[in-house]
Amino acid sequence: MMSERFTPASNAPRIRLTGITKRYGEVLANDSISLTLMPGEIHAVLGENGAGKSTLMKIIYGAVKPDAGNISINGQTEKLQSPQMARSLGISMVFQHFSLFNTLSVSENIWLGLDSALKLEEVSQSIIDKGKTYGLDIEPKRMVSTLSVGEMQRVELIRALLTEPRVLILDEPTSVLSPGAVEKLFAVLRRLACEGCSILYISHKLNEIRSLCHSCTVLRDGRVTGHCDPRITSHGDLSRLMMGAEPPTQLTRQPTQGYKVLALDNVSVHREDPFGIDLKAVSLQVRSGEVLGIAGVSGNGQKELMRVLSGEDLRPHAGSVTLSGQDLALLGPMQRRQLGLHFLPEERLGRGAVPDLNLCLNLLLTRQEAISYTKLLGGLINSQTLQAQAARIMARFRVKASGPQARARSLSGGNLQKFLVGREIDAKPQVLIISQPTWGVDIGAAALIRSEILALRDKGCAVLIVSEELEELFEISDRIVVMAQGQLSPAVLTSQASLLQIGAWMSGLWREGSDAQA
Amino acid sequence: MIWDTYALLVAASLNAGTVLAFAALGLLINEKAGVVNLGAEGMMLCAAMAGFACVVHTGSDGLGFVVGMLVGAGLAGIFGVLTIWLGSNQYATGLAMTLFGTGISAFVGTSYVQSTLPERTHFQVPFLSDIPWLGNALFKQHPLVYAAVLLSLAMIYFLNKTRQGLILRGIGENPDSAHALGYPVRRLRLWAVVFGGSLCGLAGAYLSVIYTPLWVEGMVAGKGWIALALTTFATWRPGRVLLGAYLFGFVTMLQFHLQGAGVDVSSEFLTMLPYLANIVVLVMISRNSDWIKLNIPASLGKPYSPSA
Amino acid sequence: MLRLDARPEVSGFWKYGSPWLALTLTALMGLALFAALGKDPLRGLQMFFWLPVQNMRAWGELLVKATPLLIIALGLAVAFRANVWNIGAEGQYILGAIFATGVALTASHTSSAWIVVVILAAGVLGGLLWSAITAVLRDRFNANEILVSLMLVYVAVQMLMFLVNGPWKDPQGFNFPQTPTFAQPTQVPKLIPGVRVNIGVLLAMVGVVAVWFFLFKTRAGLEHQVNGMAPAAARYAGFSSRKALWSSLLFSGGAAGLAGALEVAGPIGQLTHNFPTGYGFAAIIVAFVGRLHPIGLVFSALLMSMFYIGGEMAQSRMGLTKSLTGVFQGLLLFNLLACDTLLHYRLRWLRNPS
Repeated sequence: MMSERFTPASNAPRIRLTGITKRYGEVLANDSISLTLMPGEIHAVLGENGAGKSTLMKIIYGAVKPDAGNISINGQTEKLQSPQMARSLGISMVFQHFSLFNTLSVSENIWLGLDSALKLEEVSQSIIDKGKTYGLDIEPKRMVSTLSVGEMQRVELIRALLTEPRVLILDEPTSVLSPGAVEKLFAVLRRLACEGCSILYISHKLNEIRSLCHSCTVLRDGRVTGHCDPRITSHGDLSRLMMGAEPPTQLTRQPTQGYKVLALDNVSVHREDPFGIDLKAVSLQVRSGEVLGIAGVSGNGQKELMRVLSGEDLRPHAGSVTLSGQDLALLGPMQRRQLGLHFLPEERLGRGAVPDLNLCLNLLLTRQEAISYTKLLGGLINSQTLQAQAARIMARFRVKASGPQARARSLSGGNLQKFLVGREIDAKPQVLIISQPTWGVDIGAAALIRSEILALRDKGCAVLIVSEELEELFEISDRIVVMAQGQLSPAVLTSQASLLQIGAWMSGLWREGSDAQA
Repeated sequence: MIWDTYALLVAASLNAGTVLAFAALGLLINEKAGVVNLGAEGMMLCAAMAGFACVVHTGSDGLGFVVGMLVGAGLAGIFGVLTIWLGSNQYATGLAMTLFGTGISAFVGTSYVQSTLPERTHFQVPFLSDIPWLGNALFKQHPLVYAAVLLSLAMIYFLNKTRQGLILRGIGENPDSAHALGYPVRRLRLWAVVFGGSLCGLAGAYLSVIYTPLWVEGMVAGKGWIALALTTFATWRPGRVLLGAYLFGFVTMLQFHLQGAGVDVSSEFLTMLPYLANIVVLVMISRNSDWIKLNIPASLGKPYSPSA
Repeated sequence: MLRLDARPEVSGFWKYGSPWLALTLTALMGLALFAALGKDPLRGLQMFFWLPVQNMRAWGELLVKATPLLIIALGLAVAFRANVWNIGAEGQYILGAIFATGVALTASHTSSAWIVVVILAAGVLGGLLWSAITAVLRDRFNANEILVSLMLVYVAVQMLMFLVNGPWKDPQGFNFPQTPTFAQPTQVPKLIPGVRVNIGVLLAMVGVVAVWFFLFKTRAGLEHQVNGMAPAAARYAGFSSRKALWSSLLFSGGAAGLAGALEVAGPIGQLTHNFPTGYGFAAIIVAFVGRLHPIGLVFSALLMSMFYIGGEMAQSRMGLTKSLTGVFQGLLLFNLLACDTLLHYRLRWLRNPS
């Protein structure tokens, strides 16, 4: 749906940035960026991960001071000292990773985010009123820990709206929303724009930007590579501005489904984390030579499901988790790896890798080859074998680091993820499970990771991918299931699935009118 | 007659519990903001020493309390700067504070070991202290005992109803969110630490000036550690902290009561009671890990640095 | 104005330099302290830093004090690396001495010399059992090991008092709270005849090598440390946190117990109410100053012994109180924690705050 024809409410720009520059150590996060935002305009800031979008927004929002450059608001040059000051000038932000406090109620959270001298009861009433006006209902007295992710975003939005903003900044708002919820959000934003509020919309999703925004600034490596009107710019042109090259071609698929390798049978476990989700009667099968994708917004049980599969959660009954018929239910992560099941979680530093250990030692988390004399205290570590192993993985997966002795924490997000994916793929597993394989990773690394996954699949491995990015799942998986509220939908062939259907299933609606079973 | 001894036992428990209460309430404010200060024992010793010395020289109890609070606040300030600004490990730094505090209080206090304080008038609440039994049990305490009760009520109100209290809780739960909203997380944490330290100081001064008016090396005898445990098994609620403190005061007094009643157990085993009781209660509370997870300030003990 | 900038990598220079800087700062503060007390500052410094190392005999005394500190600290280093905070090593040290005394009191002058082995083993057992209490309460009930092990220190002290005032009191001891002196065969053999240093030093050296090997050469050692560095990664890898907890507490408890046995059956020769000298707590400082590394622990144990001896000398020769030792030890740890900032941050002097 195209947005309304845009005419600015007045001629003076609401915000004008000129030459904004910010450096962090050796990295130039923002390099002389200029941007103009008119009243009532919905302006996209497009760029891949690491392009400098977040830094720029933090500068506009007052949380970070630029090293050089000029910010003028409503024609006046301002030096933003703090978020409070930005708020007083009418700039409000909805964060990607919410700034909410779990143990406080919705009104208390919003109260803390407002600078006025209102009493708590008055704030509660305003929340209800604002909610009615924009169709964002939320109960003020609920504790934030009980809210779903979509509801949390609604709280953030209402908090921003209560400041009567003249500029609203949204940072990747749709990563946590189902397609239906995305449309609702767009409706609210279009209404705000009509009322004269300017909107800065940060995203890397081309479809959304072309559907919602009037104008677009594209960032790459900290620099502006172009300004355009996304409604009349082609997908290819936008991609080229964002990445400097053609979008990667669609990867070809030759699915050869073999025998059933990994199976979960009717697994139900209660949540371990009080703020988590219970798994209810979850069943799935992954076959050799296929990629099964699990779609769904984070927080619907994916974490709990991963723990059951990896062996970190050993509560499922005997026989409910099997690998080629062999019962895994009582086996821990190390034993599952010995049988050929490898797993990579979404948290890299701190879980997939130990930040303060070097890459060689981090191999030992999941690989055994460099260990000898296993009888003595778990075995002796052979440093030379380890070093060679690490170097081999780094070469094959093009990991940029100072060497195998580099500490995990010194690698960039993309390079670390390449190393970790390499560590698991290099093990030639029978089953590979990866959660959020290309999250926060730059385009080049993401393409490499996806192609290696498909190569592994073609060799007969059974692959299970959990991802928030529907586009990614549609690109590389052969079958898709949806996870919602701790339950799994039936599986469908990707070639026969539609975005609409998957979107509906993300709200848990697969029970009505089931489509092609696969 | 037997009822009179019980009245005295209650009164003694309140007295003993007050030391724990002040320290634990101070630590509670610390921990609500996300900082765990294992230096409580050391701070209390130094404050006890300083307060006692002050009263010996000036004769003024009030001044002794103030000096104790200042010493506690000062030491806590050093701890705060080290852990909040210089990023040193909270547990190690707190331990260092205890070890240092133990050493320096013993060192400075050697010349005061023989000193005594003047006899004071006993305090009574007018009218209420004449009530039979209850008067003896509850209303013949030092004003600070009642101050502790008021303090815990004030804290309940502060933490749940005021904006500043909510911000403090927010900082303890999610300092990154608080920072994103524009609150000066580090400065507020330092205030919490210093305020908490001053209460620990007050506890120490009360101990050496009123409770057992003397100075002996190591006289705090683990009360700082018990206070730390108290905040955990009171699940960080001021009201429960107060009750827990009185409970421990009772256990501490019980040993004298039992000895006086001629119970045939060696005095050493009776002295062990408060420490064993502490372990038992700690175990009982910690069993339900969900309960702790729901109540603990989520960022407790974790280092924080503002991600600019 | 001063500003701290985060370093991209941990500074290798300061990793080894920081303890020296901390030591220098402590020495400077010591000078100031002596001056404030009206004593000759340089003489005070001499007590602490020169006299304890001036000749072979002094080194002998240094080793006597350093041995128990080193043994306990080895255990603590292993525990702290797995994030198991055994703060109650003093209690385990006392229980080790109690168990050792129990065996030693059964000996007479005709007992075999091998009774020393039994005594030391009893010490290890005592410390181990005491730390096992903490382990089981943490394992089964999630009770915080810092608080439990610490409470158990106070309990251990009372047990000691009970024993030396009651069942084990020396009938010929003029009613002093102490046991009879142990029979001659129970004495821990000396290293060289005539010197006070005993084979405890050898045990400590073996310990240093063993711990180094375990931590840095074996897979079990890596698993153990990952539990301390990144618990979520340890769970992911399948490294048992329960194993890390138990091995930490049992090893550090046993080590502390061994140290207790060596002390009571070595230099002291009887159990008295003065036995708890705070070695269990001082060993915590030794562990940190030595960076939890076996080689570093050797140096920091020697350093801390210097402080002990210095304190004793300052008392006997300058009229200062022995608790000065505690002050220096605490200051050293504080200064170390402050100087460690330099590992992760760089100090910048700014002209104009921008």
